[in-house]
Amino acid sequence: MFQVRIHGRGGQGVVTAAELLSVAAFLEGRHSQAFPSFGSERMGAPVMAFCRIDDKEIRLREPVMHPDALIIQDPGLLHQVNLFEGLSENGLVLINSSRTLAELGLDELAGEDCKCLGCTVPATDLALKHVGRPVPNAALLGGFAAVSDRIRLESVEAAIRDRFPAKVAEGNVKAARAAFDVAKSGRCQEALPC
Amino acid sequence: MLKQIEGSRAVAEAVALCRPEVICAYPITPQTHIVENLGEMVARGEVERCEFINVESEFAALSVAIGASAAGARAYTATASQGLLFMAEAVYNASGLGLPIVMTVGNRAIGAPINIWNDQQDSLSMRDAGWIQLYAETNQEALDLHIQAFRLAEELSVPVMVCVDGFILTHAYERVDMPSQDQVDAFVPPYEPRQVLDPAEPISIGAMVGPEAFTEVRYLAHYKQMQALRLLPELSEEFAERFGRDSGGLVRSYRTEGAETVVVALGSVNGTIKDVVDELREEGMPIGSVSLCSFRPFPMRALHKALLHAKRVVVIEKSLALGIGGIVSTNVRLALSGIHVHGHTVIAGLGGRAITRASLRDLFFQAHKGALPHVTFLDLNQKVVHREIERLERQRRSGPTAENILRDLGIVADHIA
Repeated sequence: MFQVRIHGRGGQGVVTAAELLSVAAFLEGRHSQAFPSFGSERMGAPVMAFCRIDDKEIRLREPVMHPDALIIQDPGLLHQVNLFEGLSENGLVLINSSRTLAELGLDELAGEDCKCLGCTVPATDLALKHVGRPVPNAALLGGFAAVSDRIRLESVEAAIRDRFPAKVAEGNVKAARAAFDVAKSGRCQEALPC
Repeated sequence: MLKQIEGSRAVAEAVALCRPEVICAYPITPQTHIVENLGEMVARGEVERCEFINVESEFAALSVAIGASAAGARAYTATASQGLLFMAEAVYNASGLGLPIVMTVGNRAIGAPINIWNDQQDSLSMRDAGWIQLYAETNQEALDLHIQAFRLAEELSVPVMVCVDGFILTHAYERVDMPSQDQVDAFVPPYEPRQVLDPAEPISIGAMVGPEAFTEVRYLAHYKQMQALRLLPELSEEFAERFGRDSGGLVRSYRTEGAETVVVALGSVNGTIKDVVDELREEGMPIGSVSLCSFRPFPMRALHKALLHAKRVVVIEKSLALGIGGIVSTNVRLALSGIHVHGHTVIAGLGGRAITRASLRDLFFQAHKGALPHVTFLDLNQKVVHREIERLERQRRSGPTAENILRDLGIVADHIA
């Protein structure tokens, strides 16, 4: 089972991101489960959502406590929430930022003995460019498809098209593709300095 | 057709496939998405011959459903938590009148303190209101149970509550197999009411009944519930034949062969319990579980049979009977009559507290060693509780408990600036 935890703020489409990821996995014939954290959800408050992907039925209903991947939609949370809690040893961390991991000061934040792969993608910038609104969720899923072998970009695109009206979907698909290209370009392959 | 959709959407689509004629509801978290989806479907004309009625409260929602059902319409509503309490009088009326209304309860805690998250205190508070109560383990089962519920309700002329864990199921996206309209039509025939308010053949429904007949009317309501004990497994079997999957029924046992410890629970937590049972079985612990699908009628005999060879029974319940312990476990104890077995009540998942594999593992190890108390509050923060008890003992005006505890946990500011 592959488990993803998405952190962001209310209004950033965190729950939608988890749902889109689950639909993308479903389209690849896999079992998946997406659900929100059961905290207070309001505009601007830190929120979480979860997605599990497996080849068999998923029965587990606990929150994702030991994620294999983290998607962080707001780097400002790095200093507010223990984002890395429970992250698996070889975990993947995808952060929405135009800065590098070192610039974000992640050497101080990640735990010891971590062999995680980290990556930043300027998802908000890409969303502003292609969608016209600062909604980084779809772009980050494009980036996720690039750095993780768990999901294909085409499936993410199909999930986006399945969810949104044509015009909105098109912008989000473009943002996801652009993020995919950025992530593939190499700036993402740096190991987390930990 | 396989779909990856939200639980609420799955329930809404299943209800629509059952061809309801009147849907009335008042929004309340976490049930809202269900009736929002249905409202949109009706507005788009996707549900034939169906009227969606906006009402001003939950009391009105169920009262309208009662009126619609008495006029011969297939009626549906949904609610949760305080909404269910607010409609309580109508809940009893619907069953007392023998009207086959189907209602979804998106299970949520009851206040105060106000809490929008999942537990099962709401539907369990209505356990003796005369409705059949079915609990869904997955979104697939939630969908399937609604299809069975309309059939069951109308065959017996008794209302059915389908209980679906709020957020955990209602807000979860997972794979469901949505049946076709033809399949559902073949399973749920058109509604043929036993009683109907028809101007052409006037009757009255809802007469005042004195001591000369009240017991008999009540007895017959109980008799219908006993009939449901027979009908539920039959419907589940027929459903399996037509739809190709097991859903519903009375109880479902999981790896109980040779199990010394058997865990009993209602609803979605059974999934997590099964995962932990698998882990512990691999480690050699003789443990299994039983999922209670029907809570009313209570499947006394089926449960007795399922627990017959257990040495200890651990009931995990998302509800609390203050002053005694458990609601579900008190019922389960009755099924244990005549069996020499240790019974344990575990109160868990109240107000949305996550029930984790780690906590369940610890719990089951304790049970296995014979070290589990009769009543346990899973993951109770003892320190916080003791500090509040100290405050209560130290001063008369100790203040509101909920606020004291939040302040203690650092969740609200100490003072308003």
